[in-house]
Amino acid sequence: MDFNDTPEEAAYRAEVRAWLEANAPRKAGAAEISHDDEVNMDAARAWQRRKAEAGYACITWPKAWGGGGGKAWQSVIFGQEESKFATPGNPFTIGLGMCVPTILTVGNEADKERFARPAVLGEEIWCQLFSEPSGGSDAAAARTRAIRNGDEWTINGQKVWTSGAHFSDFGLLLTRTDPDVPKHKGMTMFWIDMRAPGVEVRPIHQMSGASNFNEVYFTDLKINDAQRVGEVGEGWKVAMVTLMNERLSVGGGGSGSGHGRVLKLASDIATLAGPAIKDSGLREKIADWFVQAEGLKYTTYRTMTALSRGQTPGPENSIAKVVSASVMQDMANAALELEDEYGIINDPAYAPLAAAFQTSLMAAPGLRIAGGTDEILRNIIAERVLGLPPDIRLDKDVAFKDIPSGR
Amino acid sequence: MDFDYTDDQKFLKGEARRFLEGHCGVAVVRGVLNDPAKSYDEALWKAVAGQGWLGAAIPEAHGGLGLGHIDLAAIAEELGRALAPIPFASTVYFVAEAILLAGSDAQKAAWLPKIAAGEVIGCFATNERAGALTEAQVQARVEGGKLTGVKIPVTDGDAADLAVVLAKDGARASLFLVDLHDAAVARETLQTLDPTRGVAKLTFTGAPAERLGEAGEGLALAEQVLDRAAVLLAFEQVGAADRALEMAKAYALERYAFGRPIGSYQAIKHKLADIYIKNELARSNAYYGAWALESGAAELPIAAAAARVAACEALWFAAKENVQTHGGMGYTWEVDCHLFYRRAQQLGLVAGGAKAWKERLVAQLERRNVAA
Repeated sequence: MDFNDTPEEAAYRAEVRAWLEANAPRKAGAAEISHDDEVNMDAARAWQRRKAEAGYACITWPKAWGGGGGKAWQSVIFGQEESKFATPGNPFTIGLGMCVPTILTVGNEADKERFARPAVLGEEIWCQLFSEPSGGSDAAAARTRAIRNGDEWTINGQKVWTSGAHFSDFGLLLTRTDPDVPKHKGMTMFWIDMRAPGVEVRPIHQMSGASNFNEVYFTDLKINDAQRVGEVGEGWKVAMVTLMNERLSVGGGGSGSGHGRVLKLASDIATLAGPAIKDSGLREKIADWFVQAEGLKYTTYRTMTALSRGQTPGPENSIAKVVSASVMQDMANAALELEDEYGIINDPAYAPLAAAFQTSLMAAPGLRIAGGTDEILRNIIAERVLGLPPDIRLDKDVAFKDIPSGR
Repeated sequence: MDFDYTDDQKFLKGEARRFLEGHCGVAVVRGVLNDPAKSYDEALWKAVAGQGWLGAAIPEAHGGLGLGHIDLAAIAEELGRALAPIPFASTVYFVAEAILLAGSDAQKAAWLPKIAAGEVIGCFATNERAGALTEAQVQARVEGGKLTGVKIPVTDGDAADLAVVLAKDGARASLFLVDLHDAAVARETLQTLDPTRGVAKLTFTGAPAERLGEAGEGLALAEQVLDRAAVLLAFEQVGAADRALEMAKAYALERYAFGRPIGSYQAIKHKLADIYIKNELARSNAYYGAWALESGAAELPIAAAAARVAACEALWFAAKENVQTHGGMGYTWEVDCHLFYRRAQQLGLVAGGAKAWKERLVAQLERRNVAA
């Protein structure tokens, strides 16, 4: 067990850090957070291109596809170092982490050739069109209908919670092609041009006030059979490839500085019993948050160790989001309690730490839902990690059209 | 970055598991639980000594294996898993570590080979009353090399040959080595929540005491010993918590209610997922603590406190929810759930409870922030 870098890792880290120092400004401090809900797309594209040209975008992808031809541990180290620098937001993660890898795994050769390099260079952005009003956690309940006529398919239906659809060039679309067979068997995957006639993107106004997600409507959208990803009726298997890629992506950056912000806040605030920093209840909470954040950080290091040793990582990293989202929410709420009546102010000009806690309070409910709700993630840990039985399924062997759907 | 056991350490851990499955089945644990006269299992103690584990982190020059603290941590994880009813922690994590940390060459030469050989059982006697350990609570005094006072509770004090005692020989406290076979030492065995481990009240009436480490540095040294012990205890806690989760899972798969395994209900699945989450957070913090301990890193006080807090939470949660998952059967003497529930308290309090460690952790974080 050695917490320090190996000589090889240290050399790579030094190389990466030197490149970052030369190409991006350092973050002002751990407390720095962005209040911009809208990513500056031009800056993001420019940063992505610069990374790609240096071999630091998609580090593990083959060079033939525009990647770095490197190892997973190098990707983690780059992520750790990049998180210390003030870089533009990253609108490419869904495409590069999920959609394009799916095409690279199950797509045809022409599509691989067509899509990999522009995605790595930040020229083309992707969104993932799985969730529908009829099923968020239950993505296989998708009803968006694709009907074939020769080499052409006609799409009608609606997707929802689509991150970045409003700035995406392409989408990976899960459709229902046969409602007469059980739900998992009648689906087919396509890629679509998000600017084609028949695609309408409507932003969703979130409770935080921002609009990061969208509804996407399809009205007689015509696509060619060449846009099919995988076989007809194999859409669910393809979707599993997409979601597997999501699970394999290892976060390199740390989110562990939250307790530091609370310490900073508490050092300057009074309670009826004296200075907040001396409040034993608060101190216990800070310790709990610290231990959870550190635990997640070192859990990532364990995963990284497996990658460094050329082994398949264990399932331990599956705990990350379910822990971090709740810590964020609890911490924000406790901080606002400390601020007392002042905590209601969400104006960065007045609220302590530029309204950092107000911002995270309003973001946390979304984090607990997006990318797998707390409940679904616990199901996944229970079933896939611990081997407990799946839930009783009433819809498994029933023709899709006969499944009760409620409202 | 290499944040896992080495292949050799994994081999050692696997061997330790096999050995303990053979020598420390539940019958051995219950043998101590059910016999008020038994403080520990002597056969197991001798067998463990025969494996060399007592000296795993003791240098070869002093009769140990000289392996290091991560190897010792791997053994600790298995001892925790097996609920081993022996004075291993007191002897190795506390007393041997205290002597390694603060002992003179003569003290090391006198005691470490005997500890490594299993000839001497140690205990760490600091507390005198309810509440966190502070210098103010220390009333025991050493005058003219003679110790007078009372220490309670002293884990393994009923079986130990040698005690490391915190006592004042002036205004400040120091650590002392005391031979417990002296006539001026009286022991009273205490009833505890976990009878698989022995605990005593020790009364000293002029027992010879030899100072360990610098005068007046007793509390600071005790805290350094606690940091080291906290890391190793965290591995015992993780080992026990893993096994509690395995028990709960096995029962959830075999027990049917309303026509299906109870493990197919989300109320149980999510509970077990939460145990898994806490166990992994504890394991990761414990690994960091082990690295800090072995490498002598300046981060040890923070790493040890984080390991301690996470491990106390993990084992307590796993132990109580294992009882709950077993329903009424879990509340019986016959089913083993209560062994883990008891051990969770023993391990959770023996080096000071989570509440005190959270305070130590935040105080360290404040210090680090000031330094940064």
